[in-house]
Order: sequence, then C-alpha cells, then structure tokens
Amino acid sequence: MSVIKVENLTKHFGNFIAVNNITFQVEKGEIFGFLGVNGAGKTTAMRMLCGLSQPTSGSGTVAGYDIASQSEDVKKHIGYMSQKFALYEDLKVWENMRLYAGIYGVPRSEIPAVIDRMLAALGFESEKNTLVKELPLGWKQKLAFSVSIIHRPEIVFLDEPTGGVDPAARRQFWEFIYKAADEGITVFVTTHYMDEAEYCHRVSIMVDGRIEALDTPARLKQQFSVASMDDVFTKLARKAEGGEQ
Amino acid sequence: MKTFFSFVKKEFLYIFRDIPTMIILLLFPILMIILFGFGINTEVRDTRVAVFDPSRDVATQELVNRLSASEYFVIDRYLSDISEAEKVLKKGNVGLVVVFSNNFNENMQRGSASVQLITDGSDPNTASSLANYATAIINQLAVDHAQLATNVGGNNSRLPIINCQFKLLYNPTMKGAYNTVPGVLGLVLMLICTMMTSISIAREKETGTMEVLLVSPVKPITIILSKTAPYFVLSLVNLATTLLLSIFVLKVPVAGSLTLLVGLAMLFIFLCLSLGVLISIVAPSQIVAMLVSAVVMMMPTILLAGLIFPVENMPLILQVIAQILPAKWFIEAVRNVMIKGVGISAISQEVLVLSGMAVMFLAMSVKKFNKRIE
Repeated sequence: MSVIKVENLTKHFGNFIAVNNITFQVEKGEIFGFLGVNGAGKTTAMRMLCGLSQPTSGSGTVAGYDIASQSEDVKKHIGYMSQKFALYEDLKVWENMRLYAGIYGVPRSEIPAVIDRMLAALGFESEKNTLVKELPLGWKQKLAFSVSIIHRPEIVFLDEPTGGVDPAARRQFWEFIYKAADEGITVFVTTHYMDEAEYCHRVSIMVDGRIEALDTPARLKQQFSVASMDDVFTKLARKAEGGEQ
Repeated sequence: MKTFFSFVKKEFLYIFRDIPTMIILLLFPILMIILFGFGINTEVRDTRVAVFDPSRDVATQELVNRLSASEYFVIDRYLSDISEAEKVLKKGNVGLVVVFSNNFNENMQRGSASVQLITDGSDPNTASSLANYATAIINQLAVDHAQLATNVGGNNSRLPIINCQFKLLYNPTMKGAYNTVPGVLGLVLMLICTMMTSISIAREKETGTMEVLLVSPVKPITIILSKTAPYFVLSLVNLATTLLLSIFVLKVPVAGSLTLLVGLAMLFIFLCLSLGVLISIVAPSQIVAMLVSAVVMMMPTILLAGLIFPVENMPLILQVIAQILPAKWFIEAVRNVMIKGVGISAISQEVLVLSGMAVMFLAMSVKKFNKRIE
C-alpha cells in the first residue's frame, strides 16, 4: 500500500524550475531516503508533500489526501522534524512534549501518560525538568524526533535530521528511526550522509530538480557498478556538472 | 481553542523565564513616566516674572499679587520700557514677561481688557506650562470680578473678558504641553506590542519552530493570535501602571471618560500588534525585526510624534512624515481625552485614522503571510 504517491510533480519559481516532473511512490512502513545536493530541489519537493507549498502542476497524495486540495488533512496525518531540531529552548523537556501534544490534538487527559511513555522510551526520566537549551545536541535530536511522532502519524518527514551530530549519536538515532518504522510509521528522510543512505530501504537521488535514480541501495550500487552509495552519488553529481557545461 | 491555550501558556512561560526582559517590560513605563514627568514638573515652579505695567491700577496690582502668590511665579522686576522684554528673556533672567495694556482696570470694567504673556519658546514644554498656569490665574481674576459684581449690583452685570494674548518668542506656534503621559503611553505600547511581538515571532522563524508549526495542523491565525495574546495582556498591565502613576504621582487627572481612554488604548494596542506581526513576517531574523521596529518605528515616534518637539513647529516635510506615524494620532487623541476631556466625537478623526491603519496592517500581514508560505 502506498502512503505517498506522486505523479509528474512540478514546481516553478518564475523561470526557475525547482522540481521538474518527478514521479515516485513510498510504501507503508518504508524508510525512504531522499538525496540530492543542496539546491537540487529536495526541500521544495518536501514542502509540497507537507502541504506548505502548492505544486505548479502534477499531483500527489500523502496518507490518502490530495496535497493540493486537502493540505489541512495531510498536515493532521504527518509528522515533521526540521534540520534545526526545532524545539523551544527555554521550555523544559516535558513542557515541549506537552506543547506539541496539544498542537497535534492529543486529548488532554492522555497527555501525562504520553509524556511518561516518551520519557521512558528515550531514557530521559531524569531530564524531565531540564531546559532544552541545556541538553547536548544528540539528545535534542532524539527529543525532536520523538516529539515529531508524538501523535503517531502515518508518515514522518525528516529534513536532514543528523546535521552536526557525532557519528555515535547518529547511529543511535537511526535505531530510533528503525523502531518507528517497525511500528508502521513511514519515514521520509533527506540526508547528506551517504553512510545513512545505506540504512534506507530505498533511496531516490535528485539532480537539478529531477529524480535521476530510485531503487534499493544494493541495486543502485550494482547498477552503477560501484562499491558504496557515496560513489553512486558522486557519479550522478558529476554527470549533472557535465550536463551544465 | 485547546491548541490556542497550550500556545498562550507556552508564550507566557517564555516571557517569564526571560527575567531581564520581563523586568524591563514592566519597569520601562514607570521609569519613563518618572523621568519625563518630573523633568517637566520641577522646572515650572518659582519662575521669575517681569511685568510691564503702564496702567498701574488696582486690577493689574491684584493680578500681579495673585501671580506672585502662586507657587509657579515669583515677581522679579518691573520693566520701564516694553523693549526690555526681549532683552531679559534672551538673557534668561526671567521666564515670563507679563504686559498689560493701558487703562487695564477701566477696560476690564467695561468688559474687555488685554494682557500679553511672552515666554521663551525654545523650551516649548516649559513655555506652554507657564502660559497655561498664568492664563488660568488671569481668567480666575475675571471670574471673581464678575461674581463680585453680581453680588453687589444684581444680575445685570456680565462677565468681563480679559483677552489673554500669548506670545512666544523664538517659537511662535508652539503647542503641545502635557505630552508626557500620552507620549509615554504611545511609546510603551509601541515597544511592547510592536517590538516584542515582532521579535518573538522572528525568533520562531530563526529557531525553525515556525516551520514545524506551519507543517502542523494548527491554523496560521491561531499561531498569530496566540503569539500576540500575551503581549496584549502585558500592554494592559502597562496601561494600568502608566495611568495610575500619572494620576497619583504626576497628578495629571483623566479629564475625559476613562472608558473612552481605555478603548482608545486598546485600538492602538491592536494596531501595534498588527504592525508587529507585519514586521516579523517581513523580517528574516530577530535582529532585523528589532532594527526595523527600533529604527523605523520607535525613533520617529520619539522624535516626530510630538513627544519631545511639538509637531506644529517642525519643517513641513517632517510634519508630513509625522502624519503617517500611528503614534502621532494616538498621542493626539489621548491628549484630547485625558487633558481636555473631550468626548468621542471630538477625536473621531484620530479614531478613524487609527482604525484604518490597523485594518491596513492586518490586511498586509495576511497577504504577506500567505505569500511567504507559497
């Protein structure tokens, strides 16, 4: 069952084509890597999927809702984590949880239980009353992720969720992602780290607004006859540079 | 609604955890009132007065005595020639010159006498206070005389008119006393509503939380309303402190309707909040939001809205610029309600302009906001 279906999705900004006719599907429970250099159109595509931006042409559904006409319904069924780990720094850990639970309409009577469960899952029981600004970056990241799935969304969008975090913390973070996927949450993730691309079930690579490659990491490596995703990426990026000349 | 309250709660937590900012917000109006208020009040006491009196009759003598008896004036000297008036003012020997007309008493009995007050207009606030106090004393004399005449001679006597001519040297069209309280009120509300709101929304953009909020099912209007609600409450607290201080410490009473005054303040708060929201939507970061509010809005408000210099005395171009400042209209209206005690009909123009500006800012915010998401 596809939870994200996109057909010929295109976005123009004046004469500039940010997203050029992309088509893909993401299955339920899948971890879908969305790769591309800066400016390739990843963010624009993701903003359209989240209902923040109207497509110029083409269509798509997320969690069964049309991204152009039902963006408010889309928003109720997705989670979103920005690359800045957008948490309120001057609020305590549990206050952040309570706020986002309120935003996503978790019933008031259930909020304390939800907070306790999240603290336990994160191993944060002792940090319940700590201000978020006092947490180390890796902890903030884990907290931001749990907060983004506080309402058990069908899909969670992660926009470069591991930027600036050390490798150990990144690996730990991916364990969280796997756990969420096991619980049936589809994960749509953009990243710069090619080792992380290997962790995804399937990856797409965007170059200049188009999707140039889309498959499992193993088959992509086979297709380009290279040893790592890093090499796949380099080959595609070089092709794009060549095409511009 | 539930979302709205969890937001407002968060916003209050944010304000209360930032203790230095909160202290500034709550103490600022008090400081301003005390600084501006006492700065003006102390200067006016015991002003030295020069008198030019060609009549030398009972009426002029009584007037001089009354002036001298008040706490504001001390009679310093009599001038032998009118030409000395400018000299003594220029030297700063005296703050006020009182010039009586010839045959003052006789003219007053007949119904109309004139007296001229000359002050140094280069310090407009002091000059205007002096003129107001002196005029009040002179008019009281006229009223007392009329009453006396009525008691003695039956009801056929009428109120003698003393034409009080007020002449300002160096700054002839000066108006704009009692600026302190209305001015401070305008400034404080502008600071809290416009500057703090725009900074707090810009902060969410900077930290990325705004993006997360926009992806969430929360409606943009709920976000905006919940961001502005706490500052609305804070402004009301500041409004109350400012008014209480002005009434009980500065002894500036509210001459007009208190309800009208509060209503007017609410309209201005609404306008400032809309403006703050607009600035924050346009500004990419907290620093820009702060600079725009401070440099583009606060500075002109302090300088051009009649808080320090009366608008009427500025060069034409600055007067035109002053017209587009929301605070100018607010200060004008508050001054009328608070000091002159007029009703709503007398300030309808100001109310209309303020409402128009508020609606315009709000419409622009909504338009910009939608465009930005796109």
